Amino acid sequence: MGRSSKVIERDEVVVRFSGDSGDGMQLTGTLFSNTSAVFGNDISTFPDYPAEIRAPQGTIGGVSGFQVHFGHTEVYTPGDYADVLVAMNPAALKANRKWVKPGATIVMDVDSFDARNLAKAGYETDDPITEDKLGDYNIIKAPITTLTKESLKDMGLDNKSILRSKNMYALGLVYWLFDRPLAHTTEFIKKKFAKNPLVVEANLKVLKEGYDYGVIIQAVTPSYHINPASIKKGKYRNLNGNVAVAWGLIAAAQKANLELFLGSYPITPATEILQELSARKDLGVKVFQAEDEIAGICTAIGASFVGDLAVTTTSGPGLALKGEAIGLAVISELPLVIVNVQRGGPSTGLPTKTEQSDLMQALYGRNGESPCVVVAASSPINCFEYAFYAAKLAVEHMTPVILLTDGFLANGTQPWRIPDLADYPDIVAKRVPEDGKESWMPYNRDPETLVRSWVKVGTPSLMHRIGGLEKDEKTGGVSYDAESHEKMVNYRQCKVKRIENHIPEQDILGDPDSEVLVVGWGGTFGHLFTAVEELEHEGIGVALAHFNYINPLPKNAHDVLIRYKKILVCELNLGQFANYLRMNFPDILYRQFNKVQGLPFTVIELKEQFKKLLEE
Amino acid sequence: MGEQCELKYTDFKSDLGVRWCPGCGDHAILNSVQKAMANLKVEPHNVAVISGIGCSSRFPYYMNTYGFHTIHGRAAAIASGVKVANPDLHVWEITGDGDALAIGGNHFIHLIRRNIDINVLLFNNQIYGLTKGQYSPTSKRGFISKTSPFGTIEDPFRPGELALGARSQFFARTVDKELKLSVEVMEEAAKHKGTSIVEILQNCVIYNDKTHEAITDKKHKADRTIVLHHGEKMIFGTNKDKGLVLDGLEIKVITIGEDGYTLDDVLVHDAESHHVSMHRKLSNMDYPDLPVALGVIRSVDSPSYDECVERQLKEVQANSSINTFEELVNSGDVWEVE
Repeated sequence: MGRSSKVIERDEVVVRFSGDSGDGMQLTGTLFSNTSAVFGNDISTFPDYPAEIRAPQGTIGGVSGFQVHFGHTEVYTPGDYADVLVAMNPAALKANRKWVKPGATIVMDVDSFDARNLAKAGYETDDPITEDKLGDYNIIKAPITTLTKESLKDMGLDNKSILRSKNMYALGLVYWLFDRPLAHTTEFIKKKFAKNPLVVEANLKVLKEGYDYGVIIQAVTPSYHINPASIKKGKYRNLNGNVAVAWGLIAAAQKANLELFLGSYPITPATEILQELSARKDLGVKVFQAEDEIAGICTAIGASFVGDLAVTTTSGPGLALKGEAIGLAVISELPLVIVNVQRGGPSTGLPTKTEQSDLMQALYGRNGESPCVVVAASSPINCFEYAFYAAKLAVEHMTPVILLTDGFLANGTQPWRIPDLADYPDIVAKRVPEDGKESWMPYNRDPETLVRSWVKVGTPSLMHRIGGLEKDEKTGGVSYDAESHEKMVNYRQCKVKRIENHIPEQDILGDPDSEVLVVGWGGTFGHLFTAVEELEHEGIGVALAHFNYINPLPKNAHDVLIRYKKILVCELNLGQFANYLRMNFPDILYRQFNKVQGLPFTVIELKEQFKKLLEE
Repeated sequence: MGEQCELKYTDFKSDLGVRWCPGCGDHAILNSVQKAMANLKVEPHNVAVISGIGCSSRFPYYMNTYGFHTIHGRAAAIASGVKVANPDLHVWEITGDGDALAIGGNHFIHLIRRNIDINVLLFNNQIYGLTKGQYSPTSKRGFISKTSPFGTIEDPFRPGELALGARSQFFARTVDKELKLSVEVMEEAAKHKGTSIVEILQNCVIYNDKTHEAITDKKHKADRTIVLHHGEKMIFGTNKDKGLVLDGLEIKVITIGEDGYTLDDVLVHDAESHHVSMHRKLSNMDYPDLPVALGVIRSVDSPSYDECVERQLKEVQANSSINTFEELVNSGDVWEVE
């Protein structure tokens, strides 16, 4: 189709859909993302929604957003600032004003910009464009509500259903802006509402008319053109961090030839893992929705004792409740995966926002000398990898493993190249050999790894008793002997430390010869890496060491760190990883860049920090 | 006996020396459990004994089975995981009045509500023994202890009432030193599919000695307790001449042959009735107004959670289009990059 308007050629674009939490913005954003991914763009998405299910309509507190970043190069973050904002009401405009790039395109549903809604959003005049200094922006004032009503008036739908379709009108218009085909969304709508042909017809009608509205207004509106990215061959799908964790655990159970057991209690933003695994009865997953966080982990410990790959999932406050039981898994030396999807704290804190402030809790939040393996995923899709390896370490080393993700990874999506499980290693538990039953004792250890054998309850002639009391180093019987206790404490500590021989070494990204090393861990990878890459394009070299293995640290961690003159540890807390490094490697000086706003870093602020440090 | 071999109660004894105080009621309970298991002909390796924290929770160490001495209050949750992970196991939970009804109260009621096939032995001595003598959630109002030097000002839980309130389908009561009754009740509990709660009136010889003595001593037990059997008349007393009748909505003790009451007027125990009201009345009977009920008070068939888990897994697997990991990851919105 010919385009008469100006077409803006771009490598990448950030679009933010924003409206009332009942406006269907999450679905709209997801559909747009999937269409872009199928078109061949690399994408990264992030939803931003309020903790309230339906906050008061029209208020800033009730604004729900969905941001997608897509490009013809690889993208690692959902983007800092939007090129295109869809604002379904004044509150959406107000809430996102500071998140749009200068000169951005803003699509407004002008019908909702009435005096009442403007007042609710906190505008003082009836002219938000002037009030928000958006005069130089490319504003598309579309009467979306009116046009949707007009389009559907003769279809016999009730008013509520008609209004519910206006997000499809907006989506159609955005598809025009980016010259995207409607086929993918059409198929989706047909499938989703298969039982209700009227709704299918209505949605498809407004989607198409939204697109056509773009064609009509094109004379005055520029559109964007983004080429497909060059992406590795293969089959792809979009995946968010929570589902990736669930699937990584399923893959691990398969590679370990174990049944998967999840004991969990719903908590934002981790609940989706519980939901996904609950749906996976088709793959034999046993899910126990417990009465509380403590029962969640305790049922998992029971299942681990019996011989299942046992998992519990939670977020910060839940991890606090599980602390005592994690200690039981530590002392009884049972495999257990604890997934903590971090959110803003302390206490209930910011349930729907992201933070990295549970690191110290994961490392030390228990009574006694209670070492756990701590692993952190660093992108939505590598939550799959790290869930898999968390399970592998737990089973092969008979230890609880805490997997840290966060709200940003959990809800963010990326295209995921569907892996072949044959490429993943087997997971092999240490078992009592048939001819070793006579000499076996519950706490006999492998001399190299210090790992004890895992016995499936129900095995003849290996009956034994374990528990939370300190135990004899061989029999596992209760022992309060002073020297024996110290020995057991050391065994447990060394067992975890020696896992450093079974994890990859720390690598360095960016310019390894820079005098500045940026250090990060977990969910900040996308932003840190993008900042380093962008500086590289500007001719400025910075090195990046991004940690996924926290306890134990990779064997070469000290060698990596000591090479750099200036080290900047960036994290979404007050400096927990920096302090952990100070404790482990006190001979090195660490600078910090911290942010605790419940939000990810922006690439822009990171670049500023890095440049400043280079100039020092 | 087919594949099942003859088992002696000694097959269930571990090598570990028992460390309860001499005279503690736990010794007798241990013997009863071992006898019951031998009678039930369950192989020791198919038994898992799970406990929380407290004197009674040392129990697993003395059993030559799989055992897990866990953390305070959480035995019910850990046992739930054990049973759901492997429903073929015979799972016993050993707990006390503090462990099950105070710190573990939430897990206790939810275990019962779910009806997971676990046999719970609730040792009720109305005191915290391991921490040396503080009042417990079953201590009577006014009870003097180290933490209630002026008497408690709170009412106790009645374990039976709590269990039935949580929709228990099996509740029984026995006394530590009544070995024969205990073995009988434990066997019934083990055979019942679903959560079985057995309250054991247990004596703490050090911190709450003779707390149940008023009803359990030899001289008085015939008149102050009644052993219930399903389908039998509710008769008790040294001379077997006392019976329970309903007077309006309340249970009343009568003497057969007096005041115009005959044997025909005496209630027949129906442990299998779905209606819980009579079971609640029976479990709440207390001396001196009424005899304390022993034996199986309620035993009602109801689907167990673990059974339902297995059934649902099979049903879903039979009907799902996703049967492998590969099918899962390739389901939904998938596209090919060439």
